[in-house]
Amino acid sequence: MNRENYWASQTFWKKCAIWVTAVMFVILIFLTFDSVSKITAGTERVPEYSVINKKVFYKYSEARDILVPEICCEAPLFGKKLSNDEAADLIDLGKLTIQAKNCMNCHTLLGNGAYYAPDLTKAWLDQGWINESIRENLMVDFLLDPEANARSFGTNRKMPNLDLTEDEAKAVVAYLKWMSAIDTNGFPAWFKPIYQEEE
Amino acid sequence: MAFANLNLGQKVSVKYFIGAMVLFIAQMVFGLLAGIQFIQPEFLYQILDFNVTRMVHINAMIIWLLFGFLGSVYWLVEDESGTSLVGYKLANIGFWVLSIAVTIVVLVYLFVQVGSGTQASLWLINEGREYIEAPRWADIGIVLVMLAFFYNIAATFMKGKWSGISGVLVLDLLALAGIYLAGMFYSPNISMDQFWWWWVVHLWVEATWEVLVACIMAWGLMKTINARREIVTTWLYVEVALMFGSGILGLGHHYFWIGTPEYWLTIGGFFSALEPVPLVAMLVHAVYDTGTKNLKVSNHPAFAWFIAHVFGNFLGAGVWGFFQTLPQINLYTHGTQWSASHGHLAFFGAYVTINVAMFYMAIQKIRGGQIFGSALVNKYRWKTSLALLNIGAMGMTIALLVAGYQQAFIERAVEGSTWSGFFEAQTNLTFIASMNWRLLFGVLMTIGTFVLAWDLLTIGKTNDSKNTT
Repeated sequence: MNRENYWASQTFWKKCAIWVTAVMFVILIFLTFDSVSKITAGTERVPEYSVINKKVFYKYSEARDILVPEICCEAPLFGKKLSNDEAADLIDLGKLTIQAKNCMNCHTLLGNGAYYAPDLTKAWLDQGWINESIRENLMVDFLLDPEANARSFGTNRKMPNLDLTEDEAKAVVAYLKWMSAIDTNGFPAWFKPIYQEEE
Repeated sequence: MAFANLNLGQKVSVKYFIGAMVLFIAQMVFGLLAGIQFIQPEFLYQILDFNVTRMVHINAMIIWLLFGFLGSVYWLVEDESGTSLVGYKLANIGFWVLSIAVTIVVLVYLFVQVGSGTQASLWLINEGREYIEAPRWADIGIVLVMLAFFYNIAATFMKGKWSGISGVLVLDLLALAGIYLAGMFYSPNISMDQFWWWWVVHLWVEATWEVLVACIMAWGLMKTINARREIVTTWLYVEVALMFGSGILGLGHHYFWIGTPEYWLTIGGFFSALEPVPLVAMLVHAVYDTGTKNLKVSNHPAFAWFIAHVFGNFLGAGVWGFFQTLPQINLYTHGTQWSASHGHLAFFGAYVTINVAMFYMAIQKIRGGQIFGSALVNKYRWKTSLALLNIGAMGMTIALLVAGYQQAFIERAVEGSTWSGFFEAQTNLTFIASMNWRLLFGVLMTIGTFVLAWDLLTIGKTNDSKNTT
């Protein structure tokens, strides 16, 4: 291969392949360190697990032009305020249950999963739970007997009974509450939350 | 079948190809069941629910494609290295360990289905994470088999000779095996979970798998149309540079909405918009090689599937991915049937096609190396399966795209992504019609798969044995 055609030579492209791959990978590693530090529970974007003791709601951010989660006053789940460790244990059980019951192959979580059933990212804030005072109990009832309490809005698509225990159902509700407090850059788009009483 | 003329690697390869074909049929059958459930939700309700049928559908796909890749690499390793496989026994043990593990995993999926909210369920039944649902014990098995496979391939090249293709291939296999480790841990934090989960899913299907098929394609073009090694190797390097140059940070398009920082909107949007570029390069490469040589194709079905791969990869992974890769659009399309539309055509176009091409390369040699050309008896069979599978995949993709449009408009833009908005979209008449069309095209694909299996079992059996390459 003569010098004029160096750009089209095997040697040139071999070097390109090696350097481009190496540089991109190094950048990814740096970004990964940064991102991991910013999505650890207890940071600004991903709240600590004890957020389930608080009220989670949605507010428009003018600066970002999206709806963002807001966390305020005390609102303990099932009327009981939990310590950080108790909250972490409950969230852990919720996540294990969500994985073991294979929720992700019907639903999406943070938009990832299957498209047979509704997205669960902001399920805690969904209007289907009517109002904040009855929401958590409605959710537990639904999870314990989804067939009898089907919420399929006129379709025949019903969630199967996955034999959750009451503890597991409560933990899943806690998980959904915690997940709704994650800052997802405005996903899902322009979500219309449950009626929120002014504090 | 005449296996006597196969080398050791190719003997292992045939086992992998048979396993792949069986799982391909399973993927189709469970895809049909899931497609029916979309239209008739009562179908198999509480017996084999959608989460099970869909899980088996996508897992069978991942595993059969992996079987196909392993088979393809075993097929070409002795030819490319100029020496015999170093660990024939090891390769056979790897095949049987993987096959038995897959069988047990599928039986547990079907008969146990779900467990209680404990670590034991994740270790023994199902991890509940899309695409990598295999329980942890099976993960460990997969990694061990992959390590044995990697050793076998790398050691064979070390014993024989290296080439540009084998160099890229071996490094890519190392990355492919290493990346799988990123998915093998549990975190209660879903943002962390999905962050690493995408390392596996994206860096497999949008980076390392693409480079792997580029290696197979480079070898395949030399074999089917006698393309020059220097040209295919140079193109391979071009593709690696472009693929990893765009695909590694293209990972960012999965980090728009999972709690990760906002800079991913810019990085992910920019680099993933570049991801179609290597696929265009592949298309140009194949067309160039085909057009400028004095073309003599020794294996028509394999070559047709290589061409289907090039176009399918460009359309499914490239164009369909690009449709929704910018965050401004993805905000409305993420998690809707748009993703399903892209997923179906991308997996089919990029990976099913090239595996089928390799099946035909293999069967040609098994049938004594005869020319699979215009003199082939019953050539309508391979043409029928090619047509049914491609028309089915494309039709399904268009149907799902129409459904995705409805969902993005109704559920997302109008209804603000509520549960009632979700069902509003699902009951929209156009959405329902699209899901019916999807099922119809799925039936075509399934018939195509059976015709393919029939063709592979019979092709070349009645030809003149003197008609050899």
